[in-house]
This record gives sequence, structure tokens and C-alpha cells, in this order.
Amino acid sequence: MMTGTIQNRDKFLNQLANRLDRPRKSTSVERPKWKFQPQLEVLKGASQDELLAVLKEQCKVIHTSITVTDSKNLSSTINEVVSNYGGGPVVTWKDERFSKWGLDSLFKQEWPDQKIDLFEWDLSKGEENITKAEKANVAITISEITLAESGTVVLFSDQNKGRTVSFLPATFIALVPKSTLVPRMTQAAQKMREIHQTTGHVASCINFITGPSNSADIELNLVVGVHGPVKASYIVINDL
Amino acid sequence: MAMKIGADQFKERVDKGIHDSFMRGAVAGAQDGMSTKRRNATEELGNWEDWRSHGEEIRQHVLENLDYYLEQLSENVAKRGGHVFFAQTKEEANEYIRGVVQKKNAKKIVKSKSMVTEEISLNTVLEQEGCEVIETDLGEFILQIDDHDPPSHIVVPALHKNKEQIRDVFAEKLGYEKTSKPEELAWHAREMLRKEYLSADIGITGCNFAVAETGSFSLVTNEGNADLVTALPKTQITVMGMERLVPTFEEMEVLVSLLTRSAVGQKLTSYITVLTGPREELDVDGPEEFHLVIIDNGRSNILGGEFQSVLQCIRCAACINVCPVYRHVGGHSYGSIYSGPIGAVLSPLLGGYDEYKELPYASTLCGACTEVCPVKIPLHNLLHKHREIIVEKEGKAPISEKLAMKAFGLGAASPTLYKIGSKIAPAAMNPFTVGDKISKGPGPLKAWTDIREFPAPNKERFRDWFKNREKGDKK
Repeated sequence: MMTGTIQNRDKFLNQLANRLDRPRKSTSVERPKWKFQPQLEVLKGASQDELLAVLKEQCKVIHTSITVTDSKNLSSTINEVVSNYGGGPVVTWKDERFSKWGLDSLFKQEWPDQKIDLFEWDLSKGEENITKAEKANVAITISEITLAESGTVVLFSDQNKGRTVSFLPATFIALVPKSTLVPRMTQAAQKMREIHQTTGHVASCINFITGPSNSADIELNLVVGVHGPVKASYIVINDL
Repeated sequence: MAMKIGADQFKERVDKGIHDSFMRGAVAGAQDGMSTKRRNATEELGNWEDWRSHGEEIRQHVLENLDYYLEQLSENVAKRGGHVFFAQTKEEANEYIRGVVQKKNAKKIVKSKSMVTEEISLNTVLEQEGCEVIETDLGEFILQIDDHDPPSHIVVPALHKNKEQIRDVFAEKLGYEKTSKPEELAWHAREMLRKEYLSADIGITGCNFAVAETGSFSLVTNEGNADLVTALPKTQITVMGMERLVPTFEEMEVLVSLLTRSAVGQKLTSYITVLTGPREELDVDGPEEFHLVIIDNGRSNILGGEFQSVLQCIRCAACINVCPVYRHVGGHSYGSIYSGPIGAVLSPLLGGYDEYKELPYASTLCGACTEVCPVKIPLHNLLHKHREIIVEKEGKAPISEKLAMKAFGLGAASPTLYKIGSKIAPAAMNPFTVGDKISKGPGPLKAWTDIREFPAPNKERFRDWFKNREKGDKK
């Protein structure tokens, strides 16, 4: 990747050092040992089942439906949820976990037989991915980290996981392996930092998604479904 | 739109606000609703004071080491292929952005809500370049199509408008034919804006928090508009006030949590997006080119001085939602895009005392703002500091206050004069007194009695009453 340009920096930063009445700091500044860390206390020591109970409660607040299933029934659960939302077209990432979790027959046989159109993100198809996502009724994604406290799923983009998949279709579905549940955003931030420190890389887009798009800009009335999805649903997989 | 809004003087703005009964009702309702949500969301944590203290220590550490963290941020953005431009003035920032627009031959620009781009009047510059600029946040969109009506609240910019007014604007400007139901209005905006995202050349955003360690930045919305602004156009420009950054993801997380609970009473908003650089080599969506413009525009003058703590602000508007003065006069009265207590502290610092000398007086100094601030900015103390400077250094105290203080100073300096003064007060005020109230006061009293009654001086002075009481003939 080409390194970007940096313009006007020295003059700008010298002025700051000047105002702070000290020489410029360019060498490493240690992050202090923070005196307060209240974020570590939230849902401290909660089990996965306890976190799931919190997630379920929170889904009521964020206008999101939640279904708990296991890997054996995952395929039929997804089928049911999608048909409740009016069926296809469906758009998904290109992700080998779908196949690993036994969804091949649903995606490649049942749905085509029922004339439910499924489009899998394909980097070789360029802009067509966006056109398809824009026309899709349902998006299916996978949560990498799930925040119980706020009811949030965390997604990392890459070449096979377009970021627009979560925003352009009318309905957003996230598959949530129960093992991805953590208390809150704190643990996600720690994990993101850890990934950066071990791989030297950060995904170009990390989405924290908490229910469907909404706005209260007109007389503070809540309107669900403004720019992004109008409906959202989480499918929790108990044994993953 | 610049930081300054409207051409009216302070008193005229306040007069308009006070007599706009829909706006006052809307503001009061919004304040009550948002404050209750904020209170619930903060109290449920059980240790909100610790959260505030943590927010404060993070922000203070960053400000003390701002040059270091900005250098680290810019290095890491560039490493990921992003371009960084440091702009000391708004002119420099606008010139750089204009250059990008010209190079890209851009005609259509979509924006997600950003106070700092309002501050530097970026839209005006872009429109002069012949670009169509489209605000995508629903509230901002409403204001934009209504001939650029200024925002009246940092978080809910169109708070002063009711749904019938919005329907009328939609009908007039967009040929809208449906009802004033918020759902139908929002859906109309959605359908229009979808087309704009897909055909725009450039997406412009603000920045909630940049992360120095990774060169990332986060955007916080409920609508998801920022995500489409940053996913679809080929070029992205992000504009950030220079103080809006944190060392690592761990501090970002804390500030985002403080922001969403304080601003809208949500644990997290629907969309919190962390972006790093332009799209990667094989990515299909996201911008091909990314520019980060870091803006000083007067902020460095605040750094290192007695107002430094105002730079801790994370733009949550909690102070606005509890302010009794904002409740009565509304956002437009402040004459600045930054309204409420934070606006009254920040606007004179960024825009000067000549323009904003009245704002520090638009406060009862009750301290409610300071109490709710999630990063512990001592807002009412800073307002008081402004007043000290206005009176002592700038000599800009309101003239009636100057006269009154001078008279009181003279009168109080001499026991004889004080005695005479307090003795003749009831008689002097007699022509203006009805019952025990003065409703049309003279001179310095006029400003008060224009809006409320003033109690007439008591016929019996305190000193006389006390003397008599000591004598035992009064209870």
C-alpha cells in the first residue's frame, strides 16, 4: 500500500507545544495507569448464559428480534426468519463458516428451488455487489464479538465481507455464536487492540451494530428504518 | 454556514426565541425527555461518577500530550495510505478540501452531520465550487432544504421545527404529497437520499474520536447515514477538530460509552463505526482515497490557558439539555452553532468577545451543566471566568450593569450615603410601584421588568426592622 502524504504538520504541532509551554513531544508518551476503570465492573464474571439473558432483555429495547437455536436447527431457523421477513433476495458475505455450519443445502438447494434469490459477495464482480445489496431484502452476516450490555454485534470488513451488506438491504440478520458474547464494548476494544498488536493490522471498517437504523429528528418521535435496515434480527447459536 | 448564525443582536434573538411558543414547548419537552433518558442511562451503571472521572482523566492526558498523539495519528493514517492535512485556519482547511474537489472533478458531495464543517463554513465553499452538497442526517437534511435554517441543538438540529412545518417544506421543495407523519416524512427522505449516496463523488464526515495508535477514527450515529457516506463514494474527506482523539481503542470505547449515554440515553447508538484508512487493495466498497483534515481554527489559543478544560468536550449536549436558560430562549438565541452552556463558553473563545460577549451572561450559574458533563468540564466556573475577563480586561460589561455597579459602589462606600439611599428607595420607586410590585422599571431595572415584575423596596428597611425587633416590640 502506498504511504499517504502528511502536510503542514511541524508548524501546527510546534504551535501546540508552544502553547503547552514545553518542547515538542515526539518520543513515546506512556499511557498513564488510569485511576478509574469502571468499565471493567460491568457484568464482571457473568457466565455465557447470564450474558445471553442480558442480551435477550436488551433486544427488547433496541427493536430487534432474537431467536436462540443450535447448529442442528440453524438452517431451518434461518429459513423461517427469512420467510417471516418476506423472503429474498438475500445477500451474504463469502464466508466459509456458512458451509461449516451446514447451511449449504439451504443456500444452494432449498432457496434456489423456492426461487429465493441468494447473492454471495464476490470481489471479482466489483460494483455488481453493491447493486445486488441495494436490491436485497435480507442481509445475513456473522457477529465476531457480541456485546451483551448494549445488544451489539461487531463485524469486521474485508474483501469477502463488504461493509455495505449491513446497510443497504431492508432487513439485517446477524448470526451470533454464543461463544462470541462478552459483557460490553470494553472487551471488544481490548480484542481489537490485541489483534492489532499481534497482526499489525486493523480491518478497514469495523461496525458496531445495535439494532435497526432509526432517527428521532422529527419532534423526537422515534422512526425506525431511516437510511439503513428497517428491521433487525439476531439468531443466537447455542452450541457454537 | 459559519459558526455565527443570523445577523440579529443578542437581545433581538432572545426576543424571537422567547415569543416562539412552539419552539419553547418543543425545547422544554425535549429537555425533559432527554434529561430523563440520560439520568436513567447513567444511574443504572451505579458508579457514574467513576465513569466521569475516567472520561476526565483520559481527556486531560490527551490534551497535555496533544502534539504527541496527533503526530502518532498522522503517521498511522499515512501508513494506511490516507492523506493528512493539518490546517491552522479554516481558510487553509477549505483551500485543501477545495483542491481535492477540483482534482476529483467532483460535482456531488454527500455529508454526514459534522459541527466542525459548519464551524468552517465548508458547505458555502463547496457550493461556490459548483458542487451540489447534500446533508444526509435527517435533521440536517430538513434544515438544508429549508433554505439553510440554522441548527438549534448539537444533537437534534431541527428541534425547533414541528412536523407540519417539515411537511410544508417537503411539499414546497421536494414535491412531497403525503402526511406529516414522521414515518412518511423519513421514508421520503430515505428514498431520495439513497440515490444521492449511490451517485455522489465525495463523502464528507466529521469525527467523533480518532485513535492515535492505529490511525482509525469512529463515527457515532443512529441513522446509519455516516456508513453510507463512507462506503459508497470513491473519495472520503474527514474533518476533525484537533482535540478529538484518544490514545487507543480502549479509551475510544470509554468515550463512546460516555457520549451515547449522555447524549441520547442509549447504551450505544445503532451504529458505531471504526474506519481505518481507505479501502484495502481487494475491498469492493469503501473509499479508494481518504483524506483527514485536522483543524485548529482557534483551538490552540485555548490550550495551555485557563479555559483548556473546555477542549475536553465530546459534544454530547447533556449541558444543553439541562440548561434553564436554553430552555427559555432556544438554540438560535446564542447566535452560534454551539449553543447552551458549552456554546456560551466555547463561542467567545473561538469567535471572540466582540461577537459573543453576551453569552457568558446567558446563564444563571446554577451549575446544572457542570453536574451532568460526562468529562467534568467546570462549565459554570468557566462562564464566571469569562465574565471576569469581560468586566476587568475587556471593559465590555453591559452598560446598565456598569452604571448600577458604579452607583452601588459609591453608595455602599459611605455609610451615610447608604443610609440615605436605602431610606429614599421606596419613595423614589413610588411612581413605578403598583401594589408591592414594579412592572415598568426605570434605567437599569428596565431589562428586568421587561420580562418580569420586580418587588418594590420594602417600606421598612431591614436595619430599622432589626432595631425594632431588638427592642422587643416586633416578633
